[in-house]
Formats: sequence, structure tokens, C-alpha cells
Amino acid sequence: MKPPTELENAVAAENNPVAGIDQTKGDFQYKVDHYAFDAGTGLSEDTIRYISSVKKEEPWILEFRLKALKTFLDKPMPTHWATKDLENIDFQKIRYYLSQGQKPKRTWDEVPDDIKKTFERLGIPEQERKFLAGVEAQFDSEAAYSNIKDIVAKQGVIFVNSTEGLREHPEIFRKFFGKVIPTGDNKFSALNSAVFSGGSFIYVPKGVKVAQPLQAYFRINAENFGQFERTLIIADEGAEVVYMEGCTAPKFSTSTLHSAVVELVALKGAKIQYITVQNWANNVFNLVTKRGIAHEDAEIKWIDCNIGSRLTMKYPGVVLKGERARGEVLSIALANDGQHQDTGAKMIHAANNTTSNIIAKSISVGQGRSTYRGVVHIPKHLKGCKNNTECDALLINTNSRTDTYPAISVRGDKNATQHEASVSKVSEDMIFYMQSRGLTEAQAMSLAVNGFINDLAREFPMEYSVELKRLIDLEMEGSVG
Amino acid sequence: MSQLEIKDLHISIGEKSIVKGFNLTIKPGEVHAIMGPNGTGKSTLAKAIAGHPDYTITQGDVLLDGKSVLAMEPDERARSGLFLAFQYPSEIPGVSIANFLRAAVQARLAEGEELDATGYYKRLYAKMDMLKIDRKFTSRAVNDGFSGGEKKRCEILQLAMLEPKVALMDETDSGLDIDALRIVAEGINAIRAGAKPPGILLITHYQRLLDYIVPDFVHVMYAGRIVKSGDKTLALELEAKGYDWVKQEFAAATA
Repeated sequence: MKPPTELENAVAAENNPVAGIDQTKGDFQYKVDHYAFDAGTGLSEDTIRYISSVKKEEPWILEFRLKALKTFLDKPMPTHWATKDLENIDFQKIRYYLSQGQKPKRTWDEVPDDIKKTFERLGIPEQERKFLAGVEAQFDSEAAYSNIKDIVAKQGVIFVNSTEGLREHPEIFRKFFGKVIPTGDNKFSALNSAVFSGGSFIYVPKGVKVAQPLQAYFRINAENFGQFERTLIIADEGAEVVYMEGCTAPKFSTSTLHSAVVELVALKGAKIQYITVQNWANNVFNLVTKRGIAHEDAEIKWIDCNIGSRLTMKYPGVVLKGERARGEVLSIALANDGQHQDTGAKMIHAANNTTSNIIAKSISVGQGRSTYRGVVHIPKHLKGCKNNTECDALLINTNSRTDTYPAISVRGDKNATQHEASVSKVSEDMIFYMQSRGLTEAQAMSLAVNGFINDLAREFPMEYSVELKRLIDLEMEGSVG
Repeated sequence: MSQLEIKDLHISIGEKSIVKGFNLTIKPGEVHAIMGPNGTGKSTLAKAIAGHPDYTITQGDVLLDGKSVLAMEPDERARSGLFLAFQYPSEIPGVSIANFLRAAVQARLAEGEELDATGYYKRLYAKMDMLKIDRKFTSRAVNDGFSGGEKKRCEILQLAMLEPKVALMDETDSGLDIDALRIVAEGINAIRAGAKPPGILLITHYQRLLDYIVPDFVHVMYAGRIVKSGDKTLALELEAKGYDWVKQEFAAATA
């Protein structure tokens, strides 16, 4: 076979593997009026007992939930450092559990038609779905469809929803659950610990390298419904896994709350990559706690992309617990009118010769506001630790606001850190230049934004960078008056 | 007939009137050089015709194929066949020349029509060969960190790819050394010798560009309008006598 020509290569780069996906179908509205289980609105001990009984949980889990509720109620809102907008969440108006009551399905035929329709609306052709390794779609609280590809299961990989994980693999689950992010870590991790349902539980056995990324789609569906998924991923020694989640949410008139907890454990020499591309409706409070522990020679990489929502507060973190552990956060945030993206990263160095890398890019459009908040901690007694932090902000039109709060505490003289920050603007001249080539104002802004994040977007798997580009195009279309 | 007619054009920035009654018609394939001292409104003319928001057209009209472009957005003007080669092209970090041009070509297609990637790259590579541009060039981000010469070559490549009806070339020679100037001029000449040569308005301060691109007409602009027109010999005359001669004639005529 002769090598491809230059021309063929260029063309191949154009044609991405997901070209068959109808990218216009991401914006969907979906009516659901037949929930079998509904915890009603409001939060109390009764709510939690209801959730726990519907899920037929072990007594220790109920205990765990009730204790978490108390912690949640005791903790003040973190408004002494975070935005006052948090005070606008009315916890008594939120619906904490809603489920159609079906068990997770393993084969496509068993999936109800209306759920299949939702998949169609997500724009994924059936052909394409079959190639996805173990699609785990959260249909509101419960996973409606869960398919582990044979090859993954044969490798001994456990990939189930968290309810099933608790039920069928309590010995592994319990050992790691709530250890990376304790209930009392913050007010919202406590809330999640009290009312969690859904989310994924993944265990990759020693030395197993999962070839295909495991995927999940999350959505917020019902009005006033909060989604509180709980994900726990454990990569045993030398194991490797990539997990991807995508979120879409239809627009509703009242505020909704999404408060997830994601815990990753990478044991000695393991690698975990966790990729998120989300597009929440602009009335969603998205308050998520994500953290991983990297043991000796292990690597954890968060790729986090935040578009939409009313307020997002999310700072994926890595605790570098073992020598030579590596942590990385690549983050993209886009704040449009009325949105506040308060995002960043945490790197806690706790062993010698650990390295961390943070690259955060934010885009503020119109009245949108972006905040970078980062913590890098390297204590004095360690040596050979390195951190690199880069924060770049792009402002589109004069009302945009961006703030950077990098808290880097590097003690001792045997460690190194470097920090770079930049703020740039899409200038009128730049837009005019592009318009003079025939691009509309929206296309020009979209291209400028895509260029700004280009080096980071290249780190994404192809279908996610395509999705990201599409989302940015949509955002920019909406922002031109 | 693809022609550009500029009729009694008056342009101001804010309250300040810059161009005062400019008239010119450019037919397809013609090269019109506009010369004149600094501050006479040459660049203003080019940017205003392209639709830059800082400039206000207070009087007159600009017609492309008999249709006024003044109510159009800059991108509409571009899609109808106007092209402005910038004196100072903007940098677009992270966007490769190939992707930028692809977006520009795509923008010219009808709604729902998809760009044929194979055809696009074939055409791009053919144009690059014609302009003697290295293949690696188009994978670089648009103008990002480019030398003066590279920026101008990037403009010429865009001109070649977008095949406008009329090209306004604003001080294309500025900031170029003699080698870069020759390369850029060769590019323009190649486009001029092509199947569908655009009408070209060549704005320049110095005569030296016209050694390489021989114009069909030379116009001298002063105080916001054309004060003298002729053929290429006028450029040589200006080179020998300088602009003072024009200024004196203008003063005598308006006295």
C-alpha cells in the first residue's frame, strides 16, 4: 500500500470519524410525565429515607446519607469567598429524586422506545452507538441504558451505575467511597452525599488497559429537578482508563441544581483520564466536586470544558500522594451573558518528585464572567516537585469580566513552579479583518474563540472537539446582536 | 461587467472630513495606482469602501456591478466580490491559514452546501504553487508572529483563493525589503495574468512598487480627492519631482 499523499492527508483531517452525527440535534426538549418514583420537592430526613428505600440500600448507606444531610445543614454557604448568587438557590424547591423505576438495561432491545428517542435526539445514530464502549446514559436519576462492551467485561472491568455498584460490589465500593472527597469537604459534597443517585462506578483491574473510552451522557430533564450523580473510578495498579461525560440540558424557566461528586483513585502506576464537555441550560447551578488521588507513578488528567449554566463552581483536583505521581488539569470555560464560570484546579503535592500541570483558558462574552481559582500546594519538606500553571483569558466586548485567583504556595528551595497568565481581547480590527474575508461577525468571533482554545482542544478526543466547536458556534451566534 | 464605481465619495472619521469628492471607475483587469503624500485619505478610502465601522460615508456612492454596497455589512461586501488587502493585517492566534481560508470559502457557498475538502485543498495547493509559497505556510496561524513580508504574502494568497471582482490593496509595499517586495509583486502579477483577473486599486506611497507592477492608470490623490490622472509615466514624473509639485498645482487651482 502506498503512503497517503499530502492531499489525502489534508482531506482525512477534515473528515472526522463522527461525521455521521447530526450535530444540530444537541438542543432538545424532552417531555417526561410518567415517573414511577418521585421524592417530591424539598429536603428532609424523609426525602432521604424515601430515596434509600426506593433504591433498596443497605443500612450503612442510609446512615451515611443521614449523616451527610446533617453536615450539609450545618455548613454555611461559602459566600465569604464565592459569589452571593449561591444564596438564590432555594433548596426546598428542588426535586431530589425522580425515577422511571426501570432497572439498567444491558441490551439495546430492552431499552424503552422513548429513551431510544432521546438518544436519537442527542444525535447519535444507532450504528455509532454500537461502537461506543459501554454507553451509560443517565436518564434522570437512574441509568436507563448500560451496555458494557464484551471486550471490556472480559478484561474484568466493572462499569455499572453507582446504585448497582453499591449493591453488587460493596467490598470495592466501600473501601474507596467518600475517601477522596469526604462528605464534609464542602457544603455541596455534603448535599451530594445525602441525596446522590446515578453516576458511574468503574473498577479497572491490575494491569488492564481499557482501549476504548468509557462514556456517559447526563442531562437534567424535569423542571426543578436536581441531579446528584456520584461517580467513583478506581484504576488498580498499572491500569489505564479514559472516561468521558457529556451533558446537555433543555431550558426551563426556573433554576435547577446539579451537584455531582466524582472521585478517582489511581493506584501505583495507573492512569486515569476524565473528560467532560458540558453545556448546561443557563438557569442551572452547576456545583461539582471532582478530585483524584494519584499514588506512586500514577497519572490523573482532568480535561474539563464548561459551557452554559447560570453558575458553575468546579475545581478538579489531584492529590499527588505517591512519588513521581503526575496530575494535570486542562480547562476551558465559556461565560456568556448572565453566566458565571468560576472554575480552576487544585494540585496538592504530598510526595517527592511529583509534577503537576494546569492550563486554564476562559472566554467571557457580553456580560459573562469568568473566574479562575486555583490552588497549588507544595510543602517545605518535599523535594523535586514541579508545577506549571497557565491561565489565559479572552474577553469579547467591553462588558466582559475576568478574575484570577491563583493561590500557589510553594515552600522549600528544592521545588519549582512557574506561573503565566494572560488576558487578551478580540479586537474590533480583528473582527473587521475576518469580516472583510466574508465571514459574518458571529463566524468571526467563533473562529477567534476556537483559535484561542485550539491548542487545548487538540487534546480532546475527536468527537468531543467537534462537539466543543459546535457548542462554541452556537454560543457565538446567540451573542451577536 | 464587474466594475467598481466610486462616485463623489465623501468620508469622515467622527467630525473630521477626510475624503472629499472622490471619483473613479475600475473595470475588470485594470490596475489603478493611487499615489499621494501621507494623510491625503488613501487608506481611509480603501477601508471605508470595505466597510470599516470607524468611517462614515457622508455623501456619494460605491457601486459594484451597478449595485450600491454602502448598506451592506463588511462581510456582505466581501462576499459580493470586494477584497481589501490590509496594510496591517490582524493576527488570529490558533487559526491556521488553511482553516481560515476554508471558513472564508465556505462562507461563500449557498446555505446548506458543504465545502468539498478535496477540491478545496487542490485549489489551495495550486494557488500556492502559482505564488511559490511553501506547503508548510498554510499550517501556521494567520499572521501570528509573521514578518512583514510573510503577512503580505498571506494577503496575496487570500486574494488568489477568494477570487474577488475588485481588490483594494492598501500600501501593499509598506514594510517590505526589496526582495520581499519583488516576491509579493510577482504574486500580484500572476493573479493579474490569470483567467479572471480582478480590477485592482493599488494604493502606494512610493513609486518603487510600480516598477514591478505596471499600472494601467496612475492617479494622484491630494486633500481627499484625485487631483491628477495619467498613465505609468505620471508615476515616474512624481518620482523625479516629488509631491510638492502636485501641492503647488493644487494650491494654484483652488486659489
